[in-house]
Amino acid sequence: MLSAASLDILFFWLFALVTLAGALGTVTFRNPVHCAAGLAASLIGVAGIFLLQGAEFLSVAQVIVYVGGIMVLFLFVIMLVNIRQTKTERRFSGNAKSALAISLVTGGLILYLLTSRPLLLATPLTNGPALLGNTEQIGEALFTTYLLPFEIASVLLLAALIGCVVLARKTAS
Amino acid sequence: MITPVHYVALSALLLTIGTVGILTRRNLVVLLMSVELVLNAVNINLVTFGHAFHDARGQIFALFVLADAVAETAVGLALLIALFRNREIVLADEVDLLKW
Repeated sequence: MLSAASLDILFFWLFALVTLAGALGTVTFRNPVHCAAGLAASLIGVAGIFLLQGAEFLSVAQVIVYVGGIMVLFLFVIMLVNIRQTKTERRFSGNAKSALAISLVTGGLILYLLTSRPLLLATPLTNGPALLGNTEQIGEALFTTYLLPFEIASVLLLAALIGCVVLARKTAS
Repeated sequence: MITPVHYVALSALLLTIGTVGILTRRNLVVLLMSVELVLNAVNINLVTFGHAFHDARGQIFALFVLADAVAETAVGLALLIALFRNREIVLADEVDLLKW
């Protein structure tokens, strides 16, 4: 019988593995459709990570918005645009080696800084008294304290919507 | 025991992989996918710190990042379609009209 703590550990490593493997696939696969599949796996892994941290609403929103919405959008564009051409082209740009070196050094530096000193971070997560359900809590904060940013976000989405229609429209030239 | 360090380290790794994707891939669609990876790394951080300090604000901010990512992807893909319509380009290093 597994205890709750060891289940937490098990699922953390499972979701972390899915997230990182999917991300690596996204970056390295040749066929863009395979990249999209890797991205979907990675996003689902992140949704699992959210779930482990008690962010149920965000986890479900992640699956619906990303895997349901954005992935379909990506696949549509891949089908519209470029499936034949990219199979023969080079995958990586000419400066790939230096770019890889720079990002690896930066990432390694971040990891080193994180793990080299006992920050406040190193305390184990404790489950405090939850006052309300997660979704209830978020909903209340979103419609009281953060009402203005919420409305601004809706304006942003409207602007993006109109912008997309204008940009992707066929111009009569 | 899983501590916030584990989550933040995962986020840092995801950020690194996403950055490598943005800097090295030629295909513009894959470039946009890599941007999504980076934004997800940010979201993991926000949720982790919200969880560690028992504060719902981390998740609220992550929700706004999510909305922003959606808008950004949609506009990016629309730009890509416009680019493909006009010049048949899908590779990042062929977009060099403003270079000299």
